[in-house]
Amino acid sequence: MDYVIEMLDIRKEFPGIVANNNINLQVKKGEIHALLGENGAGKSTLMNVLFGIYQPERGQIRVQGQDVNITSPNIANDLGIGMVHQHFMLVDTFTVTENIVLGSEPKKGLKVDIAEAEKEVQRISDQYGLKVDPKALVRDISVGMQQRVEILKMLYRKADILILDEPTAVLTPQEIDELISIMKSLVEEGKSIILITHKLNEIMAVADRCTVIRRGEGIGTVNVNETSTNELASMMVGREVSFKTEKQPAAPKDVVLDIKNLVAKDNRDVDMVRGLDLQVKQGEIVGIAGVDGNGQSELVEAITGLRPSEDGEILLNNQSITNMKPRKIYEHGVAHIPQDRHKYGLVLDYSIGENMVLQTYYQPPFTTYGRLNFNEIYNYAERIIEEYDVRTPNSLTMARSLSGGNQQKAIIGREVDRSPDLLIAAQPTRGLDVGAIEFIHKKLIEERDKGRAVLLVSFELDEVMNLSDRIAVIYEGKIVANVEPDETDDQELGLLMAGSQRQKVGEPQ
Amino acid sequence: MILQKLKGTWIPLVAIGFGLLAGAIIMLLFGYNPIQGYIALWNGAFENPYFTGETIRLMTPYILSGLAVAFAFRSGLLNIGVEGQVFVGWLAAVWVGTAFSLPAFIHLPLAILAAAVAGGLWGFVPGYLKAKYQVHEVIITIMMNYIALYSTNAIIRNVLTDQGERTDYIAESASLKSAWLTELMEFSNIHFGIILAIFSALFYWYFIEKTKYGFELKAVGFNRDASKYAGMSVKRSIIMSMVISGGFAGLAGAMEGLGTFGYMSLQNSFTNIGFDGIAIALLGGNTAIGVILASGLFGVLKNGALNMPTSAGVPHELVDIITALIIFFVAASYMIILFREQIISMYHKLKHKLSNISSKEGK
Amino acid sequence: MKKRNFLVTLFLSFTLILAACGTSDEGNADGDSGEEKNCEPSDDAINVAMVTDVGGVDDKSFNQSAWEGLQAYGEEYCLEEDEHYDYAQSTQDADYEPNLNRLTGQDYELVYGIGYKLTEAIEKVAGQNPDTNYALVDEVASEMDNLTSITFKEHQGSFLVGVAAALKTESNQVGFVGGVDSPLINKFEVGFEAGVKSIDPSIEVDVRYAESFDDAGKGRQIANSMYNSGVDIIYHAAGGAGNGVFSEAKDIKTNDPESYVWVIGVDRDQYDEGTVTVDGTDYNVTFTSMVKRVDIAVQDVAERMMEGDFPGGENIEYGLSDEGVSVADTNEEAYTEEIATAVSEWEQKIIDGELDIPSTHDELEEFLNNL
Repeated sequence: MDYVIEMLDIRKEFPGIVANNNINLQVKKGEIHALLGENGAGKSTLMNVLFGIYQPERGQIRVQGQDVNITSPNIANDLGIGMVHQHFMLVDTFTVTENIVLGSEPKKGLKVDIAEAEKEVQRISDQYGLKVDPKALVRDISVGMQQRVEILKMLYRKADILILDEPTAVLTPQEIDELISIMKSLVEEGKSIILITHKLNEIMAVADRCTVIRRGEGIGTVNVNETSTNELASMMVGREVSFKTEKQPAAPKDVVLDIKNLVAKDNRDVDMVRGLDLQVKQGEIVGIAGVDGNGQSELVEAITGLRPSEDGEILLNNQSITNMKPRKIYEHGVAHIPQDRHKYGLVLDYSIGENMVLQTYYQPPFTTYGRLNFNEIYNYAERIIEEYDVRTPNSLTMARSLSGGNQQKAIIGREVDRSPDLLIAAQPTRGLDVGAIEFIHKKLIEERDKGRAVLLVSFELDEVMNLSDRIAVIYEGKIVANVEPDETDDQELGLLMAGSQRQKVGEPQ
Repeated sequence: MILQKLKGTWIPLVAIGFGLLAGAIIMLLFGYNPIQGYIALWNGAFENPYFTGETIRLMTPYILSGLAVAFAFRSGLLNIGVEGQVFVGWLAAVWVGTAFSLPAFIHLPLAILAAAVAGGLWGFVPGYLKAKYQVHEVIITIMMNYIALYSTNAIIRNVLTDQGERTDYIAESASLKSAWLTELMEFSNIHFGIILAIFSALFYWYFIEKTKYGFELKAVGFNRDASKYAGMSVKRSIIMSMVISGGFAGLAGAMEGLGTFGYMSLQNSFTNIGFDGIAIALLGGNTAIGVILASGLFGVLKNGALNMPTSAGVPHELVDIITALIIFFVAASYMIILFREQIISMYHKLKHKLSNISSKEGK
Repeated sequence: MKKRNFLVTLFLSFTLILAACGTSDEGNADGDSGEEKNCEPSDDAINVAMVTDVGGVDDKSFNQSAWEGLQAYGEEYCLEEDEHYDYAQSTQDADYEPNLNRLTGQDYELVYGIGYKLTEAIEKVAGQNPDTNYALVDEVASEMDNLTSITFKEHQGSFLVGVAAALKTESNQVGFVGGVDSPLINKFEVGFEAGVKSIDPSIEVDVRYAESFDDAGKGRQIANSMYNSGVDIIYHAAGGAGNGVFSEAKDIKTNDPESYVWVIGVDRDQYDEGTVTVDGTDYNVTFTSMVKRVDIAVQDVAERMMEGDFPGGENIEYGLSDEGVSVADTNEEAYTEEIATAVSEWEQKIIDGELDIPSTHDELEEFLNNL
């Protein structure tokens, strides 16, 4: 057999759930093998089994044709398996080389031979075209470079099988292209790659074969050049998925949000929003399109009271909410799906039920005479869980143990259920799989149809184009253009986002 | 859920076992009989009502200082200043206890209240500085400990007495002691403070687990950004948390002032009630019941240990090592968790092998 | 895996080291390790025990001295440590009472409380246990038949070291560093000043208190400023804080072996604390010490009880006449014969009752007026 890895009939249980069942994964030498599944489908569990972090209840693992029993990551390393986690495990204040050799330092007597290590790192970097500076401090290099350092670490340890866990989630488009070419050169040199992802276009771009998992069950393995995104999506989700969201034309009415000449600073005291004007009406979705770092976060935080407005005015239903406390702003009818669900959206160590009342816990019926009414809280939470299809054992489960998609659905349920006049959705589908994205898009349109004003901030152009009734392009802290999605295209938006004036579009450059 | 709860209590119990074992090994190495040593420890804590009373008396301030640390901890703050808050609470209680003559039903609550307010004030300063200027509470509270130590000494010498060594005895009406309780426990120093301490633990539990304020404090402790996002006032929570934490610590001081001693004398150095409170809060997992149990452990160890040199001949230096080991093992329960993973993986290996064997036999 | 092996090795080496310490310790262990004795415990000997204050039994001061007294008593009557005589160590003020009670419960017939801090505790315990006898060192307790108070005429000893200091000083400035400003320490201060002024009323006495018995840093700070202002002899009555006085004096000596700085020790003969070696030459900054023989007093009270003459309800003051306090003459180089002669002349006057030494500030004033 020319399989480098075979995982046969794997079953892994946790108290109360079967995380993996009946899964077969066979990776050929020199291929990029995608492992596809929704968030929470069991991809990470399977890889943790392969990497020796979990022990399977049933099944067989073979590496290079040999039966093996992987009981710890060290054994996995010895077998030539290396894993690049989604969250990098690097020491910020160490150099690239120091990070790479950490734990297996080349010794010269008692001293670490760092010069020798640097040479070796440079050599591997050149061989695979990783373009990493061995002497740079990790804190000084970009996220994409840090990821390459992680890959280098595996190569330095002579790994032949590389597991990449959602490697593109943190990368910019250019960095993604670079990563794809690196992956290709790795397999040309005889390495094998397992790519964990839920992004279909990436699979189509790089993978040779793809194994699909759905709710812990192995669905099957397909050759990528014999399939389509639609087929992969329906294998993953278990039904047909539409990529284009259906919606009726908008019927905007009164202005809900009216921002005039807003100025806001970032944490370093630099003006990020510089005299911005924006209106959002009842019954429309306004999408903010822009490259990250042009003031989107500061705009959202200023509206929601998380950041002071230095100048200008924010009106909600003709009433000023400028520089009010967040709680007051919520009480005025604003809801906010934050862009970072772990940092802002949830208290991960609270139960999902408690998270459902994070902004409203102090109000009756959740609190009476200062005392929390847990019956009410959990009944309410159960209803949201039910309505928004949050997959969790129950409302007492810690928010931390839910998958990203389900966490996000819970947040959306919480925000939408408050029946706000204005719903701000910042990056509502970041890092989610197609099933969850579809669901969330549908919910946002439903809200619009109920007459709510929706402000959408997203770095994904597709999403903005798909959902918005009107697109406001933000550039260097100002809205530089308002366009209708039907009257524009990616190219024009791209140019606007890069700072070109609208009238120049189409003119020769 | 039940499984998780069991896990929680299982670890400290095993840890105590390990600590006792390690202590026994050390006693054996030095040529002492560990069984005699531990019998002496037990007897020292419980041999007769007197010693039992003393053990309870010792654990009383520990419960409160443990609650103080735990309370701050729940909102993500490390209150190292419990020590100083104990001092000011002690002084305030004794001050009120000596300065007035009032009926007991006013005097005693007033003295207790004074201690809580003084401790709370001492906690307010670092809380305010943290909330307003992001000054790290650990640094401020450490400094405040020294300020408390030296200023209480100065007040005792110059204000409450004329260059005296200790204050007068508090009035009978402000005392937590009762003839009945003293009689019951054969003249031990036990006092009604234990009831106050247990009520404080109840209050802690109710406040943290059942009220909206507790909900807010815990949220701030877990995730400040999310709390701010959710419209909670992080600053107010930090200040409130430090004030209440200091209030508990002040009560611990009142236990010494109104209960154990009935006066306050010049202190050469820290009492360690506050520092031990850190260990107690950690041992108790920052829960009310955990803090009570951990205080019990500290009380038993500290009181029982005094008996080991005289009754089992174990030198007191060794006794210190043994009690420290027991506490160390309990605190280092992550090591036990390490072992647990090991045990579980061994169990799985065994099961794997057994199922392999049985499946081969089946064929 | 590696980590665990490392832990095991660490633990093993740790226990080995402990075991090594253990055996070396046993080599010089006294009494309790089954060492054979060639005598029988005396029949009428009583069982005695003591409770230390927070200083502990190895404080190089009165706790240690008291324990030495008990050991001497044990040796004299061939008693077993842990069985016939023992001590309990206190680590905090709240331990005094349980410790006293504990020893009472273990059938000791006489229990000492060492230090004035135990006053309240011993009075309470003595009241509750009329069948056991108690003795309090360094403070006068309230009158009870089963409680005796042992105090010392520290002012007498201090007077003599004051005389010696006055004869020794070259700068005509001497210093006194007290622990905590209290009636007990005032006795040292007053006696010392009276002694100095008896020789030469023009000598300045700089009096300061460390406000602590264990803050060596504070003691050192005070000594530093005194020596800098020209004081050349410091008498300390500050327990552990006094150690700072020694370190400051030794420091000065190390930097300049020619410098003229002296310390007068307290409670025990502190000659050993004063040794300092500079470039191979040994020096000693301890001029003399005001020795308080707690050991003699402790042994004396035990023996009186043996003889059926327990001084219950009394305050026994040990002074010069019964060797309860004395002046150390170990540093023969510094404590010259001339000084020794002068001191013993004054000593004789006190013993003969020709001279009353003041023990309070008021008495000192009167004393100085009569000079």
